[in-house]
Amino acid sequence: MQHTLSVTVEDKPGVLARVSAMFSNRGFNIHSLAVGPTHVEGRSRITLVVDAPELEQLKKQLHKLVNVIKVQELSPSETLESEVMLVRISCDPATRGEISDTAALFSARMIDLSPNTITIEASGTPQQLASFLEHVRPYGIVELVKSGRVAVKKLSDVSPSLRER
Amino acid sequence: MIFGIPGGAILPAYDPMLDSPIRHILARHEQGAGHMAEGYAMATGRVGVAMATSGPGATNLITPLQNAKMDSTPLVAITGQVASSAIGSDAFQEAYTTGLAMHCTKHSYLVTDAEELPDVIHEAFHLASTGRPGPVLVDIPKDVLNQNTQWTEPSLAGLPGYKPTSHGHPKQIRAAVDLIESSERPVLYVGGGVINAGASGELAEFAEIINAPVVTTLMARGAFPDDHRLALGMPGMHGTYPATTAIQNADVLVALGARFDDRVTGKVDAFAPHAKVIHVDVDPAEIGKVRNTEIPIVGDARLVIQALIDRVLSLRDASKAPHREPWIAQLESWKTTHPLSYEQDADGPIKTQHFVERLHALTGGEAVIVSGVGQHQMWASQFWGFSEPRSWVNSGGLGTMGFAVPAAIGAKAARPDDLVFALDGDGCFQMTFQELITAATEGIPVKVAVFNNGGYGMVKQWQNLFYDGRLSATDLGTTVPDYPGLAEAMGCVGLRVDHPDQIDVAIEKALAVEDRPVVVEVVTDPDEMCFPMVPAGGSNDDVVMGPEDL
Repeated sequence: MQHTLSVTVEDKPGVLARVSAMFSNRGFNIHSLAVGPTHVEGRSRITLVVDAPELEQLKKQLHKLVNVIKVQELSPSETLESEVMLVRISCDPATRGEISDTAALFSARMIDLSPNTITIEASGTPQQLASFLEHVRPYGIVELVKSGRVAVKKLSDVSPSLRER
Repeated sequence: MIFGIPGGAILPAYDPMLDSPIRHILARHEQGAGHMAEGYAMATGRVGVAMATSGPGATNLITPLQNAKMDSTPLVAITGQVASSAIGSDAFQEAYTTGLAMHCTKHSYLVTDAEELPDVIHEAFHLASTGRPGPVLVDIPKDVLNQNTQWTEPSLAGLPGYKPTSHGHPKQIRAAVDLIESSERPVLYVGGGVINAGASGELAEFAEIINAPVVTTLMARGAFPDDHRLALGMPGMHGTYPATTAIQNADVLVALGARFDDRVTGKVDAFAPHAKVIHVDVDPAEIGKVRNTEIPIVGDARLVIQALIDRVLSLRDASKAPHREPWIAQLESWKTTHPLSYEQDADGPIKTQHFVERLHALTGGEAVIVSGVGQHQMWASQFWGFSEPRSWVNSGGLGTMGFAVPAAIGAKAARPDDLVFALDGDGCFQMTFQELITAATEGIPVKVAVFNNGGYGMVKQWQNLFYDGRLSATDLGTTVPDYPGLAEAMGCVGLRVDHPDQIDVAIEKALAVEDRPVVVEVVTDPDEMCFPMVPAGGSNDDVVMGPEDL
């Protein structure tokens, strides 16, 4: 089962290595990983999506790392998540319009065009990106790259349907 | 006191030591230096310090670091590193030390500027010695060691994420006492955390006021006196029948600074099947890691046991301990029906167990016993009646053969007035005996008994039991080396016994030597096996008392 963890760490050399090494050391698999600075100087946030039957041991082991300051588990129902994806799709003059119409429906945008490919940048929840990919897959995906997932706890009462817009 | 070996990258740290009051003990191999620092720490509770140069000096420290991590021993390792400008260039004697140490330390540092040093060294000792103790490595590039800087008062402000819990939660303490007081068959399962916390006094008081038996794991030998009426000895794979079986029959198991190691639990699903578990540990990650816990208590063992005592005494008088007569009678009966045993033929061959008992008798048990890993380690743990914490130094979690000689040197350097006796196997001895040169030249008069059964006894035992007696690569022979000759060549006194009648004389001779290390070769029975035994992965309900049970 996939879990999303938000880990606040000291922004020091080697911290990401310590975190990722702990996962392999303890036999857990990281599905996705994103790292970046936070609004507080000297603090970074690592967002991890992990495949694990349960998280308790993992969270405790993360806490044991001296440079880890806070570990938060983000449950899907109370979390805002986002990923960025760049996807290059085969096209010809006839299909180019259809693909960009589809992209528009997903609020994705074209960022590159060649005679036989179109490259789209899309962002959104993992489900939205998966759905977009299903729509364009029949045209032929030439190349695909995805960022790690970033996530933050939801504080508002935004209904899921609105979020899935 | 620092145990170490110099080299190119660490030279600038060694030069000022000539003008310093710090005693440096020059080991002959960095692994030896590391185990000496561990022996020092385990015999005293103070942080042991090992120092080495970059590259091979640092990689040779990896085994002691992992050993210290597994056994929660406070250790600071200081390593030289190639100059900052050369890092990553595959320079001479370069290794990615902090990377290598990542999995075998509690924390590690690569110092990039000398002005960080006061804080880093202060933090390193703080991390090594607080919470769950462990090894910390500080890697310092040569140019940083050569830098001049202003001394600043060190602080711990650089550890925002490190806050070990020391006091148990009062609600959990109350719940634990309720469960213990209502139990009929409680067992206190005591691990090395009790020794690290200095909680032996509290443990004895607690065991008595609740009238519960105590088992002490390999790392906890000495935490509770073996001659106490409530002592059951060591549980697990080679534990005593009463200790292992008491846990199997317990209704409440109180784990105190113990981590449910596989050598204790055997098959986890079959371990303590009737017990509700109260788990006290300073490391929250240990709680629930192996066994589900009814009442988790995160905290320092000494503070938590004291809180448990206070809670019990707030509810009743100390003298009103539950009688638990059927349970106590059952334990006494197991002690009688299933004692530890061996047979010493008057004409030999010598059984290691017999030597251990004779040594105990002739020293009154007043010694720090240090062991290697294998059969002799189990026999030392089984047959030495421990009465004091920190009188037992061994490699538990990692099972590092070769630990005994250097660890004994570290223990003796730390406690020069105490008798330090290493009980070692011939296989172990051959891994690290060169450190006796260190002992001889540094004036550290340890005693070492080498039980020479001509092979890797425990491995051979498994081959005999589980591999149809096919003895693959476990024969060391008994003729080479000449142990007394080897000992003399290293500046030690060398003795040899091969008949039971000679044991007492040899021990007396060894005890009489004060100015040099002593090595006593004890030629032992090559066919003796270590029992009781629960075969690996087996249930602790199936304790094998001897070969006839197999």
